[in-house]
Amino acid sequence: MVTEKDVEHIGELADIGIDTTELAAFTGQFNAIVEYFDVLDQVKGDKTVTRDLLNVFRDDVVEPSLSLEEATRNAGAKEDGYIKAPRVM
Amino acid sequence: MAGNTICFAFEDRYNAFLKVCTKADHGEGKLKGIAIAVKDNISTKGIETTCASKILKGYVPPYDAHAASLIKHAGAAIAGKTNMDEFGMGTSTENSAFGPTLNPVDIKRVPGGSSGGSAAAVAAGMVRMALGTDTGGSIRCPAAFCGIVGLKPTYGRVSRYGLIAYANSLETIGPMANNVTDVSLLMSVIAGHDKKDATSYNRPYNHTPSAEIKGLRVGIPKEYFGQGVDPEVAAVVQRAIGRLEELGAVTVPCSIPSMEYALAAYYVICTSEASSNLARFDGVRYGPAVDTKKSWHAAYQDIRKQGFGTEVRRRIMLGTFALSSGYYGKYYAKAQIARENVRKDFARLFADVDVLCGPTMPTIAFKLGEKSDPLSMYLSDILTVPVNLAGIPAISVPCGKVQGMPVGLQVMGRPFEDERVVDVAYAYEQAVKS
Repeated sequence: MVTEKDVEHIGELADIGIDTTELAAFTGQFNAIVEYFDVLDQVKGDKTVTRDLLNVFRDDVVEPSLSLEEATRNAGAKEDGYIKAPRVM
Repeated sequence: MAGNTICFAFEDRYNAFLKVCTKADHGEGKLKGIAIAVKDNISTKGIETTCASKILKGYVPPYDAHAASLIKHAGAAIAGKTNMDEFGMGTSTENSAFGPTLNPVDIKRVPGGSSGGSAAAVAAGMVRMALGTDTGGSIRCPAAFCGIVGLKPTYGRVSRYGLIAYANSLETIGPMANNVTDVSLLMSVIAGHDKKDATSYNRPYNHTPSAEIKGLRVGIPKEYFGQGVDPEVAAVVQRAIGRLEELGAVTVPCSIPSMEYALAAYYVICTSEASSNLARFDGVRYGPAVDTKKSWHAAYQDIRKQGFGTEVRRRIMLGTFALSSGYYGKYYAKAQIARENVRKDFARLFADVDVLCGPTMPTIAFKLGEKSDPLSMYLSDILTVPVNLAGIPAISVPCGKVQGMPVGLQVMGRPFEDERVVDVAYAYEQAVKS
């Protein structure tokens, strides 16, 4: 059973921004969906699935890339060729 | 490119397009002068690409997706970017931030999703071909609902470079058109190795469809005709399979026991991957400008709450939940085992049969607004998601109608046998044409 408090916590973890007015609806839908997910309890085994595949790497060779202008064109906030972000600290 | 230009001036009565390129240049090649619509989660240099989300409104990619680049180099003219469920999350194209696409066969009904705009554009005759993407059925479902042909290629056969990621381990770009020959032609252009996609295989597709299917062994999984499948849809598909038998195919009853939990496994995996992939939408590098005066989390939450639609937020939260401490083993780890079981079931069946056939969708296209509850919408994907979990190819080809609405026959094949599913669809298409 997922509670409104759980959904609030998940919303916080996911940085999704939940209003208190949305909590009841999301919680109801969450419970129906998670209850459906419980069919996975019937799946036998707990060994992690692994595959014999190797990572695909390339040599670290400098190739042509986007210009500063192209790379920053879509950013909303810019200053002196840099992209501005909200403060982290 | 040579200096040829096509002007597009069609009336978009179905809201199939988010952006129409009124003038498109094209060059020489296999697709010379063919108008192709491109789903809006595939990056197109210089053409706004939004994934039908407010969070990407105004975003103009500085580069082309590999598939977009290939069709341009083959001489195609990109007619525009098509509507979709936001980030591919949906089965009806109702989850677009820019309004739903209407089904050209009946405008009161959904076109299917998430590549609903691509399917509607082809079905309405606005373009000859379209690119869609398929994460859990998003090419095959709208193809079935709108009465066109759609191929979900083998995972890794078409590069995902430049496809804006939703669930990387499941999704692929694929071709959509009014007939199998055009689907096959478009596939021949987009398939092949791309060093920019680490999951890309070197398996080009150079194939001309053949209608010869004598002696072909066709498995009929009982789950595709069981609970939840509309009996009228099942009957139309059974008749289509009867036509394949008349052409010399041998049908073999079979079963996919892992289908019992395939849908749950699919939704755990795709939402988990989405919760990680969509973390990049922070309003800093693209999208509406973030308020840099606020603290990181406050600004991040604001932009995501305003920018993402309800279904996208729900899936990000579901994935965050499935991966969170204390639940990972119960959901994500079990879903991966279930996925492996689906893969094993297909491998076991393909040791005996060449292809599997069943309906693409359990029902005909539903009415707009009919499925308001998310779980009931998810359940519509039951017959398409097993293919994505296993990474195998599958095609949907129109095979009749129920209540005037198209029904799709789904043909699923062994990994890298896209050619064979194309042939079976072609054999059926030619048989009913003559």
